[in-house]
Amino acid sequence: MNTAKQSEPSEIELLLPWYAAGTLDARESQQVAAALAADPELASRYEWVRAELEQETHVSEAAGEPSGRDVKTLFAKIDALPAQKSRSSIDIGARIAEFLAALSPRTLAWSAMAAALAIVLQAGFLAGFVLKEKSAGGYETASVPANVSGEGSYVLLRFQPQASATDVANFLETNKLSIVGGPSTGGLYRVRVAPTKLAKADLTRIVNTLQDNKVVGFVAVTE
Amino acid sequence: MPTTSDEVLIARIAKGDRLAMEELYGRYRVPVYRFVLRMVRNPTTAEDLNSDVFLDVWRQAGTFEGRSAVSTWIFSIARFKALNVLQRRPMEELDDEKAGAIEDQADDPEIALTKKDKAAVLRACLLKLTAEHREIVNLVYYQHKSVEEVAGIVGIPEATVKTRMFYARKKLSELLTEQGIERGWP
Repeated sequence: MNTAKQSEPSEIELLLPWYAAGTLDARESQQVAAALAADPELASRYEWVRAELEQETHVSEAAGEPSGRDVKTLFAKIDALPAQKSRSSIDIGARIAEFLAALSPRTLAWSAMAAALAIVLQAGFLAGFVLKEKSAGGYETASVPANVSGEGSYVLLRFQPQASATDVANFLETNKLSIVGGPSTGGLYRVRVAPTKLAKADLTRIVNTLQDNKVVGFVAVTE
Repeated sequence: MPTTSDEVLIARIAKGDRLAMEELYGRYRVPVYRFVLRMVRNPTTAEDLNSDVFLDVWRQAGTFEGRSAVSTWIFSIARFKALNVLQRRPMEELDDEKAGAIEDQADDPEIALTKKDKAAVLRACLLKLTAEHREIVNLVYYQHKSVEEVAGIVGIPEATVKTRMFYARKKLSELLTEQGIERGWP
């Protein structure tokens, strides 16, 4: 028994498992091959390394394969990850998220309100189109009419960017106003302030009153 | 037809490409399962871990920096999860009943020796190694991982990889000796 070898295996001996597995680089592989050719005792021990590799392979392959449950489990879990799946559009999504995050809460709320109003308006126009079509019995364009209600008095109005959705809703309700168009460039809305045609002095007085409201950024008379 | 590289698949997975995930899973599903099974020695646990490993791959593909091979990264995730399972067990050795499917693959060393089947004895002794030794033996002999790759997976220096493998083999030699097979050193 060689006790010197037992206490300190050579570098070549340490590399034998990787030599058997074929995972050494060319230089190391040549060194091991040369050592094995020159040392019958090392070559004998190498036979055991090869046997170990063979039986470890046997043990591992005898373990078989997953039943298939793992595939279902994995992809079910993946499908259950909501945000993860839109990563193909991650750039657009991230940009939108960053943009929204940059907005103040009030601006964000007002944007939502404006969007909601736009949807209501669109629905109103579509309803009007259907009713007209029924009454006239023929085709009419669905574009916005010059005067939604026929008679009435209107202003152009822009809300303060800081105004919340609740502020705007309360403002419209308190003053019995209806948004009938917009927003146009500059965020202007066409707002009906009275169901009838008012005198210019009366309309000016209403505009001045509205102008004093904290949610209003700009207001002016319009036809 | 050229095969898409693992790195390309990971980049696609990072963008949410499920087909790329299926392809990568197809490549590594069985090797990772067998590696994990060698460590935890319970097929049901190994299968659960397998899906957990690849769920992590799906989630973390965007963070993969390519500082190691994709396979090294995947095996290191698998190893970490297997070790967590082993640490939760009061003793590393598994419940005989649960391990039946694995243990049945090889005779007890004594029985195998009676049959004068040295290969069977060797297999039985391989199964009796500690988790630390089973891990490195599987990575080197079955998964064909280089010294550098094993170091990356296990998280130890390359010199330690070599000596750990040597001591795993030395332990194997001792187990064989206990069964009456003297093969010399180690």
